[in-house]
Parts: sequence; C-alpha cells; structure tokens
Amino acid sequence: MEFWGYKREDGRVGIRNYVGVMSSVTCANSVVKKITEQIDGTLPIMHREGCAQIGADYEQTVRTLVGLGTHPNLASILVVGWGCENVLANELAAKIKSMRDFPVEWMIVQDSGGLLKSIEKGSAIAQEMVRKASILQREPMDLSGLVIALQCGGSDTTSGIAANPAVGVMSDMVVTEGGSVILSETTEIIGAEHILARRAVNEEVANDLIRIVKRFEENAKNMGVDIRGSQPTSGNIAGGLSSIEEKSLGAIMKAGSKPLQEVLDYSYRPSKKGLLVMDTPGRDPESITGMFAAGAQAMVVTTGRGIPTGSMLVPTIKLTGNPNAQKISEEIMDIDGSLIVQGKKTIEETGKELFEEIIAVASGKKTKAEILGLDELSILRAGPTL
Amino acid sequence: MSENRAIVINEQDNVATLISDVKAGDIVIVRMGDSEDKVTVISDIKFGHKFAVKSIAEGDEIIKYGEVIGRATVPIAVGEHAHIQNIESLRGRGDIKEA
Repeated sequence: MEFWGYKREDGRVGIRNYVGVMSSVTCANSVVKKITEQIDGTLPIMHREGCAQIGADYEQTVRTLVGLGTHPNLASILVVGWGCENVLANELAAKIKSMRDFPVEWMIVQDSGGLLKSIEKGSAIAQEMVRKASILQREPMDLSGLVIALQCGGSDTTSGIAANPAVGVMSDMVVTEGGSVILSETTEIIGAEHILARRAVNEEVANDLIRIVKRFEENAKNMGVDIRGSQPTSGNIAGGLSSIEEKSLGAIMKAGSKPLQEVLDYSYRPSKKGLLVMDTPGRDPESITGMFAAGAQAMVVTTGRGIPTGSMLVPTIKLTGNPNAQKISEEIMDIDGSLIVQGKKTIEETGKELFEEIIAVASGKKTKAEILGLDELSILRAGPTL
Repeated sequence: MSENRAIVINEQDNVATLISDVKAGDIVIVRMGDSEDKVTVISDIKFGHKFAVKSIAEGDEIIKYGEVIGRATVPIAVGEHAHIQNIESLRGRGDIKEA
C-alpha cells in the first residue's frame, strides 16, 4: 500500500505543504492573521499562550510550539513574536531549526517598526517562502511514516457500537501497514484501562498507562468533586451514555486490537510505531493539539452528536454512527458511519472505507472539514497564569 | 411500520442499547451476535439509550461490552430504562470517601 506524500528533511512525511506562520505569543496573533489572510499558501498557527508562564507550564508550551513548528505538513515556517514575552520568537525559531533543518524565519514586531510594518514585512517573507514551497512535489511512499490522531467528541452510544469500532478496523489496517495511530483523551480511558494495559508490549508500558489514568482520576478526586459533573457531558447523557466507564469502553474501540507500543506524555514525539496512547484531556482542542505536536499528519474524529472539531494543519476525516447526526451534519461527515446501526453496512466495511479515505486524503484529497476551514488548536496548560 | 431494534454487545451484558425510539409496551427485537430475542419495554425510551435485559437488583453491577459500566442504585426490571436515574458510575468519585 502506498500514498503520495512529501518527504521531509528529518525523515518524516507530510500530506500537506503549507508555509506555517506561527505566533510565539498571543499578542502576535493579529499580525499572523493579517499575513496569512493576504498570502495564499500560508497557514496561521495561533494560540493564547507564550507569556507569564513558568516551570513545567512554560516547558509544555514551548515543547508544543516546537512540535507544531516542525510539523511535517509544513514546507517552511515563519515565527512571529511581539518582543516582550517569555517565549521569544528567535529562541523558538532556533529550537525548531535544531529539530528539523528546513527553512525557518522569525521576526519580532517591536523590532520591525510596529504592527502595520510587521504585517508588510512578514507578508513579503511569507510570499517568498510560498514560492519556494510550491515547487516541492509529492512522491509515492509506504504507510510506515503515517501517524493518525484518533479523537472522539460529543459521543453517544452509537460511538461505541458503530463509529469507534469502525475506526478500530482502520487503526488495525494502518498498524498492519507499518503506520501508527494515537489514542488520546485519558479521561475517556477511565474504566477501560485494564483492557488496554493487557495489550501493552511490556510491563513498563502497561504501568505507564495505569499511571496516567490514575493521575487523571486523582486530579478529579482531589478537587473533592464527582467526575460526573463533567463526564459524561450533558450531551453524552442525552445520547444515552450513563457513566464515564460506558463512555470509555466505547472510546477505546478506536484503538483497534493491536499491541500498545508506547504511552506518551502531552505533545511528545513518539519513539515507537504502531498503537500509541497520549496523555491528553477529554476536551477536544487541547487533546488534538498534543497529537499534532507529536507529528500526526491526519486525524479521524468520531462524533455521536455532530461536533465540528477539525484542523487545517492536520486534515480531519469525520464520521458519526448516529443516523440523526448524519442527516443534520452531513456537510461535515466524510464517511457515513450511521449505515452500521441501520444494518446497511458492517463495521468492517465502514472501517475499510475509512482506511481508503485516509489514503486518499494523505495523497491530497480534501476533507469536508478542511474545505469548510474548521480549525481548532489550543495548548494544554500545566500551571496557573501568573 | 419499522421494527424496534436493540443491540446486546456481549453475552454477559445485562443491558441492551436501542437503535430506535420506543414507547412503553413496545416489543423490541434484541440482537446478540447471530441470535435474536424479544423483550417488551416498560418505559418510553429514546434511541441510543439502554434497557435491562436481565432482572437487576439494587447494588448489582451494570454490564455492557462484557465490562462493568456502573452500579444499580435501585432494582431495574427487565424492559426498564437503564440510565443515570438508576445507574451510578464507580470511577472518579471525589464526592465519596473510600473505605
């Protein structure tokens, strides 16, 4: 099995070829937005962090930004800073360049004559970068470099009996071809961790999984509250899910049946291939951003209720197992997963269809979310705002 | 009129998941793998929600996917809607002190 992708300097493969324009701090977002609005072929990477952060929180933000800045779906990157923040554009650009030796530029608004002049300067830099990026060509490659992020949102009971098991079939096919899938959302492993731990390649990986689930559960308990206040969500409950355990048992179906190779902390790059787990929260924007920073090139999102989670950096294929959500939100669903509960398609058939769709998307086919510009990104905080 | 259908995922399960809306008194065809059974539901229940396919006593574990998804807070009769009004989660409970 092959697809058409872009070979990158660090050995990874890209499925898109954008010039990234990334803010090092929230203050620079307006400049990034204006540059990317007028320069075709660029992609804004904007966030709310980058200042008044210390310790583990600061490190997590920088690690995530470096992961995003080196992303294989980028041909090159321009980092824009404001000038007085603690994630400095020049330092961030140097870190990015040290991880992937590709065209990296940076600029600081306070040193570039202010906001309006920076938009002009950044646009000129980005224009040249797009000209160079546009000559890169796709070439055939096997699936061993492909990393697929798995996410579910707005789940209901059809997620666990239809959409997620179909994703599991796809996951097994990707892993069989040598590629990787990342299961995320630690909250939604609570109550199902024993099943995944049994599939770990060794005791260390099994213990890693149990550790992240325990930590998450303890965090909820230490707040002195019942996790049922947010999990399952009101939408999950309306959709028939009665407990976090039920939600989790359905959610882990996305991971298929292959051995668990590695458990990653938030936004770390994998060192293994195959089935991976990343420690992320259940809230979609933070969870998916951790997997993007790890280098996932494509994402599959299942939903019961029809949530709009998507990304421009990481093309997102969406499906629902719920016939009503399919009807209401057909414009954001790439695959009709609701045929399963209607008895018109099997889980295996839908999983294969999804796998074929991923190969097509990896080779350049646009997803519905991509065409609509659905774009979520949010860095998980590891400490208080100071 | 289309048939009312529900799915049991594992033979150990004591609840089934509906894939149509039903009214109290409706007969539902419950599928488990290749076998089918009929259960009369005793509540109005929405698509995607669950009902008991076995008689469940107070304190019994609720089983779906062959795994524990919670505990019955009151007895649940065969055909009765099984949801947050009679099932409680056992995980992430900072509101209860561990023994």
